[in-house]
Amino acid sequence: MEDLLDEIDTWLARGERVAVATVVKTMGSSPRLVGSKMIVSSAGGMAGSVSGGCVEGAIFTACQEVLASGESRLLHFGVADEAAWEVGLACGGEIAIFVEPLR
Amino acid sequence: MSAQYAIIRAAIRAGLPIATATLIRTGGPPGAKLLVFPDGRSEGALGDPDLVRRVVADARDLLAQGATRVVEYADLGVAVFVESFVPPPTLFMVGGVHISIALGTLAKVVGFRTVVVDARSTFATAARFPHADELVLAWPDEALQGRLDARSCVAVLTHDPKLDDPALRVALASPARYIGALGSPRTHAKRLERLRGAGFSATQLARIHAPIGLPIGAKTPQEIALSILAEVVSVQRKGESSEP
Repeated sequence: MEDLLDEIDTWLARGERVAVATVVKTMGSSPRLVGSKMIVSSAGGMAGSVSGGCVEGAIFTACQEVLASGESRLLHFGVADEAAWEVGLACGGEIAIFVEPLR
Repeated sequence: MSAQYAIIRAAIRAGLPIATATLIRTGGPPGAKLLVFPDGRSEGALGDPDLVRRVVADARDLLAQGATRVVEYADLGVAVFVESFVPPPTLFMVGGVHISIALGTLAKVVGFRTVVVDARSTFATAARFPHADELVLAWPDEALQGRLDARSCVAVLTHDPKLDDPALRVALASPARYIGALGSPRTHAKRLERLRGAGFSATQLARIHAPIGLPIGAKTPQEIALSILAEVVSVQRKGESSEP
């Protein structure tokens, strides 16, 4: 979070809205620690990461949807759970990511 | 600026600990967020006051450890993600010795705040420790008293009982996460004898990692520093698992 404050400040100063995606749980091998964050602005800006690059595309889309609807959601990704977003993790692990509008 | 974010941001910028507790799974829509401070104050709402009481208690414990994880409240059918925002933990090096120079340098890379403590002014100098966050020229017990929290790590490295023992007495009476002491098994056996004489129990003394450092066959001060830091990290990460 600490390393994302400047980016968030910049976006908020421009009047953009911000969505935050946070890794809340990992199972098996996972490239990022619980608490890792990716942020997305309503203007399409993006910073941080929640995986080794496997799910960032899906998270970007989810962030835009959360900004549009205002409703937070919990997402699961993993090799055994491809149906959710049709993306899997190359590392073979599973992660749960919470996506919310910054309040 | 958004109200809760403004508070979180201010705390992080000021280096003050704060936890957030977010309702991530519940019967209704998720996303409610509670901010929890070390003293047990909280800001925000989760709907159920009983849940708030339990979450505040759990979040305070996790915050003291600097831990971040999901807490399940199965009887209420909810899951809460507790995230701790804490300043870097501090590694206290007792003894401005050669190992401390290397240990301080490596510890900065891994993300520690570093403090060097020595009563001897020839050892604890800014010229020898240009990268240390803090140099304390004082007896170790005075320097450490009241400064060790549950995330603090203490490496006792002077090789001199006059300095080592007081440091260990304060560390053992504190909730410090890691306590390590330099010295051979024989030196350590004598040290344990002295500390037992000072009234410490076997359980308390078992907290001391000695001989200090993971056994990697370290020879040089730099290698010994590496073995100590590896041990500190292994203790920090112990019990912290990605599995629920």
